[in-house]
Amino acid sequence: MAKLTLNDLRKLRDQKQKAMEKRDPSNKDAQIIVGMGTCGIAAGAKETFNAIIEELDAKGITHVLVRQTGCMGLCHSEPTVEVIVPHMPVVIYGNVDSQTGKQIVNDHIINKKLIDNHICDKPAMDIVR
Amino acid sequence: MHASVCDTISDLVQNSIEAGASRVELDVATGPDAITVRVRDNGKGMDKTTLEKVMDPFYSESGKHDHRRVGLGLPLLHQTAEAVNGKVDIRSVPGNGTTVEFTFDARHLDTPPLGDLPATVLGLMAFGGTYDLVLNRTTPADGYSVSRRELTETLGDLEESANLVLARDFLRSQEENLNH
Repeated sequence: MAKLTLNDLRKLRDQKQKAMEKRDPSNKDAQIIVGMGTCGIAAGAKETFNAIIEELDAKGITHVLVRQTGCMGLCHSEPTVEVIVPHMPVVIYGNVDSQTGKQIVNDHIINKKLIDNHICDKPAMDIVR
Repeated sequence: MHASVCDTISDLVQNSIEAGASRVELDVATGPDAITVRVRDNGKGMDKTTLEKVMDPFYSESGKHDHRRVGLGLPLLHQTAEAVNGKVDIRSVPGNGTTVEFTFDARHLDTPPLGDLPATVLGLMAFGGTYDLVLNRTTPADGYSVSRRELTETLGDLEESANLVLARDFLRSQEENLNH
């Protein structure tokens, strides 16, 4: 890869923004939050984070914000990922490797389906509410 | 011990962000003899008593995480430094900030590899908030600097996945073209 300048980056951004506006003009209403404490880092959270942003980009999804946070207190199930989508329960998924990260994008974000065998926390409370 | 130096960097910079720093400077220097990393922040700093406790793996600053009773970042760093003929220096002034600097012997068999610096820095720029993170990367023959502020000014919100991908490509292009 050639060395990019900030000007190159600005041009790439403009090109990409035009393409994105054609695909999806909706507001950002969903969030994916990746836990990146010492436990998450050791379990491969960086790879998970990377897989998620790549899959969102590949699928042209623009309504999702991606954030990092510290330890969520579920060190036994790292990497952990919290997903917030309107009209769905807030979910913390555990043991999210790169493959599961992509699955979160495809199943939870796109198809609005929970990934049962990776749910760690929160949905029961939300469903009750 | 962490698998890479970048994992330690993630711990230290995250500490700075969680300490309320509005500016974090990360210096990463690699050469044939040594890997040296310095993290300087203008966060809330630590007093002498806290500074004495941070090497205890069963201590974590109580305001950071509810219910959590361990803090492994700095103890793991010390463990690694001891194992690879390295050294760690921590200076902190309450209200002014903290500087953590460590050096590992690059020739030591057990020294972890540097790891994926672009992916690490990208992740550290994706925490919420308005802090600036400046990376100063040097080798004996070359160097580059990049800051969260200039990437945000160029790309916009770094929480958007498309912008994160572009920022990652930018960081990778800097690292791949670095002369060693």
